[in-house]
Amino acid sequence: MAPRTLSEKIWDAHQVVAGGDGPELLYVDLHLVHEVTSPQAFDGLRLAGRGVRRPELTVATEDHNVPTEATDQPIADPISRRQVEVLRENTTAFNITEFPMRHPDQGIVHVIGPELGLTLPGMTIVCGDSHTSTHGAFGALAFGIGTSEVEHVLATQTLHQQVPDTMAVNVDGALPPGVTAKDIILAIIGLIGTGGGIGSIIEYRGEAIRALSMEGRMTVCNMSIEAGAKAGLIAPDDTTFAYLEGRRHAPSGAAWSEALDYWRSLPTDEGATFTREVHLDAAALVPHVSWGTNPSQVAPITAAVPDPDTLADAGARDAAQRALDYMGLTAGTPIRDIPVDTVFIGSCTNSRIEDLRAAARVAEGRTVRSGMRAMVVPGSWAVRNQAEAEGLDKVFTAAGFDWREPGCSMCLAMNPDKLAPGERSASTSNRNFEGRQGRGGRTHLVSPEVAAATAIAGTFATPTDLD
Amino acid sequence: MEPVTTITGTAVPLDRSDVDTDQIIPSDWLKRVERTGFGKGLFSEWRDDPEFVLNLPQFGGASVLVAGTNFGTGSSREHAVWAIMDFGFKAVVSSRFADIFRNNSTKNGLVPVQVPDEVADALLRAVEADPSLEITIDVSERTVSAPAAGIHSAFELDDATRERFLLGLDDIGLTLEHADAIDTFEANRPAWMPSIPR
Ligand code: SF4
Repeated sequence: MAPRTLSEKIWDAHQVVAGGDGPELLYVDLHLVHEVTSPQAFDGLRLAGRGVRRPELTVATEDHNVPTEATDQPIADPISRRQVEVLRENTTAFNITEFPMRHPDQGIVHVIGPELGLTLPGMTIVCGDSHTSTHGAFGALAFGIGTSEVEHVLATQTLHQQVPDTMAVNVDGALPPGVTAKDIILAIIGLIGTGGGIGSIIEYRGEAIRALSMEGRMTVCNMSIEAGAKAGLIAPDDTTFAYLEGRRHAPSGAAWSEALDYWRSLPTDEGATFTREVHLDAAALVPHVSWGTNPSQVAPITAAVPDPDTLADAGARDAAQRALDYMGLTAGTPIRDIPVDTVFIGSCTNSRIEDLRAAARVAEGRTVRSGMRAMVVPGSWAVRNQAEAEGLDKVFTAAGFDWREPGCSMCLAMNPDKLAPGERSASTSNRNFEGRQGRGGRTHLVSPEVAAATAIAGTFATPTDLD
Repeated sequence: MEPVTTITGTAVPLDRSDVDTDQIIPSDWLKRVERTGFGKGLFSEWRDDPEFVLNLPQFGGASVLVAGTNFGTGSSREHAVWAIMDFGFKAVVSSRFADIFRNNSTKNGLVPVQVPDEVADALLRAVEADPSLEITIDVSERTVSAPAAGIHSAFELDDATRERFLLGLDDIGLTLEHADAIDTFEANRPAWMPSIPR
């Protein structure tokens, strides 16, 4: 057989009906559901008199709307509360496992899948959420879908998909100390642009990727969609297997050995070709901060806010000028001089235990700048409980951070955690779009280390700036 | 979905690139559990500005949205497509669409008219210059034209999707015709795959 890439192998293994020129019919191994993008899909099923084909391959959680405090009380916002209730009703009616608020398995959909061992190499995973790409860190082909597609998967356990292109992003060399997975992916998006991956599955390769923990790999794959990619993938290896072994839904005994044999056959074959290849030198990276209103508008923390006039492309120039106006920034201002009033550590990009440990190391024995609102929102109850077992909550609260309950929170401001107009955040989330964290709010994307250091310094800072 | 064959009407020029779905429909609107009524939320934050193109009377009643490149990036929210259609648009023209937005459009009968950069740009300028310019999108022929501005171009649409547009076919119904193939596939799935019975 001709050499194939990782994504081609998974794709081929899930083809139910070939598509010729058009979309192919793919089988879906795991369907993750949350309250925001599913109500209209369940309605559609009811309207057509259809059922859910494989409820046992479907799992639902509450994350986008949930408050991050007083979750033992009903949700105060009646519309949010209704949406969550509708999810409970729908999953009961269609016999689907659902994790309600405060359930020990509840959390952000892309945090709980891997935690529970539901995300395994070689699977196809979909969810009505664009950051489904996160699960690609395990060598699973995982991508976001819309509500009509959610309905299609519920009814058929399959999906029509156009065969994507393949793209390799090689991150060569070793990361310098203090530079993180978040900086890798921000630099990649800065390099290839928000449309750079459209129509493609990106496979991240190279020494710096291999050296990342599973948490770091999830951070990288999570933001594949910010480069427009359909999915991100990292070949499974011993780091992957060590993370998975013993997790609740991961195979065990003979099934583990069988699965392991298969997983070891998945990495891209020697001689396989990608539609496009890009290289990035990890050794040259520094922590990154976004300055604009899309995730490709990023700069090293050592740089200054760019001058739109220096951009060659007229469209990019206009977009940069509009972004600076919205962000209330002046070209030429050193990034380290920009004052910040809110720090958000959380979201499916950076709310896992490793992220919290990294932020806590920076916070330990220090104090959040006076006037700064700094919040830490773990990605799930499992992460929160683990962090508390390690005493991280104490470190955060002693430093003046607010220790919250899990959910999407200020990543998209569907719950009460919002920026006020004109407020400026250093956020470990994935989108700096206008209004993403609250109408008129100004978001800068950073790593957990930079977020924690910024909370202490009051302006953008790295941990070493605090010494 | 209703059949879509030809769309003829005027257009709104939205001269911005990388228009993300958070702008198309902000997250406040996502709490609704219905599929209708999202038109009021379309670009709601940008519409606070009276000069925003969607607020200009000369572009009222348009059925085509002409936008910059990388349209519909970001969140998978299908609410973006529902909002665009509820507002009255039947097609969006851009030189590039984000994958999920494109899929969502085709499931709802909103035509994603993907044309080369020069064509998208020419169309934007032509509509800006003449808000009454009539544009025709022919799904069967896969062409977009504005004869008064001398613009005529093919656009990409795969055969299966074109067929679904023309006949207004139900996607799920079509797939269920392959029920045997799905059964066969399922019978051969590896045993180590997770299963989560309620
Ligand atoms: S944390 Fe943010 S990006 Fe992730 S699923 Fe929630 S809202 Fe979406």
